[in-house]
Amino acid sequence: MAPLLDVRDLTTHFFTQKGAFAAVDKVSFSVNAGETMALVGESGCGKSVTAASILRLVPDPPGRITGGEIIFEGRDLLSLTMREMRKVRGGRIGMIFQEPMTSLNPVFTIGDQITESLREHRSISRADAERRAIELLDLVRIPDARRQIHNYPHRLSGGMRQRAMIAMALACDPALLIADEPTTALDVTTQAQILELLDELKRSLGMAILLITHDLGVVAEYAQSVLVMYAGRGVEAAKVEDLFHSPIHPYTRGLLGALPHPDDDVDSEGRPLPLNEISGMVPALDAMPAGCRFEPRCSYAVPACKMTDVRLAPLAEGVRSAACLRAADIVQDQP
Amino acid sequence: MRNALAFWRRFSRNRAALLGLFIVLAIIAVAVAAPFLYPDDPMGMVAQPFLWPLQDPEFPFGSDSLGRDLGAQIFHGAHVSLLIGATATIASVLIGVTVGSLAGYYGGWVDEALMRFTEVVQTIPPFILTIIVVAIFHSTIGTIVVAISIVSWPSVARLVRAEFLTLREREFVQAGIVMGMSDFRLIVTQILPNSMTPVIIAASLMMASSILIEAGLSFLGLGDPNVVSWGAIIGAGREAIREAWYISALPGIAIIAAVLGLNLVGEGLNDALNPRLRRR
Repeated sequence: MAPLLDVRDLTTHFFTQKGAFAAVDKVSFSVNAGETMALVGESGCGKSVTAASILRLVPDPPGRITGGEIIFEGRDLLSLTMREMRKVRGGRIGMIFQEPMTSLNPVFTIGDQITESLREHRSISRADAERRAIELLDLVRIPDARRQIHNYPHRLSGGMRQRAMIAMALACDPALLIADEPTTALDVTTQAQILELLDELKRSLGMAILLITHDLGVVAEYAQSVLVMYAGRGVEAAKVEDLFHSPIHPYTRGLLGALPHPDDDVDSEGRPLPLNEISGMVPALDAMPAGCRFEPRCSYAVPACKMTDVRLAPLAEGVRSAACLRAADIVQDQP
Repeated sequence: MRNALAFWRRFSRNRAALLGLFIVLAIIAVAVAAPFLYPDDPMGMVAQPFLWPLQDPEFPFGSDSLGRDLGAQIFHGAHVSLLIGATATIASVLIGVTVGSLAGYYGGWVDEALMRFTEVVQTIPPFILTIIVVAIFHSTIGTIVVAISIVSWPSVARLVRAEFLTLREREFVQAGIVMGMSDFRLIVTQILPNSMTPVIIAASLMMASSILIEAGLSFLGLGDPNVVSWGAIIGAGREAIREAWYISALPGIAIIAAVLGLNLVGEGLNDALNPRLRRR
């Protein structure tokens, strides 16, 4: 079966006074219907720009999608007219943002904003739209939905606002929900509730989720497959179990190695050991190495890494791929 | 509804604003009452000339040099002043909001072109420009309204543009785009309602200045000759100001009251609607 969303060699450039930089450089991945796919990486690695590119939301100028294909439900989103694209946005693909505090329009009630998105895509009566809004608020577990639709956003807590955002995004039964760091601005308990809710909605509505996050814990808990990004490129793609069980790319290994294990990371006398870290810094956009972009920080690097512009390539096992010259050696070394 | 109540509570805490509101309502009442209290033509010569106020109980406001009833003129003048002030304000807000929202939303060359044009209009002294417009076309209430709107919209345009520049970057606008809204819908339903507060405040002050401009034009004899207006009464009374200063003084007080009232309301709205000042 063809995947719901198939992103191939997506490239998004930003044109600045210092020159053109690829914030997303030939990134490929696919999302199957009903699954959660995670894009993970640190700040500035291009994961949000990737998400924005899918809905063609990259601000132009300075940004522009310069290459690749985004096949969604059999159509290349990059070839759609603006009018067709508007039907996809909010209709087939919903999106929720990092900041539920500012993502709701302060001058309208919650109910108005949900019915707004309904009436944008469907010709339905005001009364029906309101009934559907109440249904949606029930669906995202906002208590007392019948009353809440008349409330203004400032009367809701952060978690409730994110739920309202989710309700808006789900208004027209999208096939794909893009969640751009949906819990970053929320406290830990609320985070878990929202992610749990998204997971349940995914199952009950059969939609796919593209989850953008920098939190590997979230990935492990809620995603089925994952693409690790580094400096604008995909460096490792795998099923979640495989990635956490046996990371291949040195960057992924570094990330997982840097996760704290409070119970195990102690020396013989019970004192905590220092956390592992990946040495060095992400190279600046205008000073990217010619070869592998992780090479300067990589403990596995060999001289050839400096020269070879290595891209995501399938490994012998088939279901996973990594962008590393030494992937085969690393696989062999694994215990 | 609850919001309207909260707004009224904040507005009414401000004594000066309440006074302003009272004055404005009183002037509106005067304008509405004019055709009932003085059903005859206010330009008709009905009395002995130069009657001082309270001299003749039939004409409590006195009469002017031609024997026209000053009371009738001031009451009917309120009607004209409010009409011109309100329509000119509405017209300039419409022009200003359109120009400002297009410039602020689209940015780039649209913004450049519209804002340079706005600046060109702003460099011309407003009163001179209205005089020119009224002098070129026949002086009617319509042309006076057009002339006042032409000089007044630039400030609204700049205000709205500034609001749009910050609001269009806000995430709820992104959320609207993600929902598939068109540019027009985003501007009208998402951004504009959020930028109305300063526009409402500016409009109340603009109405005061429109009334002043109209009075100025009429004083110079450039007003609509077929209607009475406060400025025109002052202009007519100027020739006899030594013997009968009350002819100029009474409509003068009316203008001061109207402008003061509208300014107080504007200030009050600013305090009540501006969230940063709410806790003062």
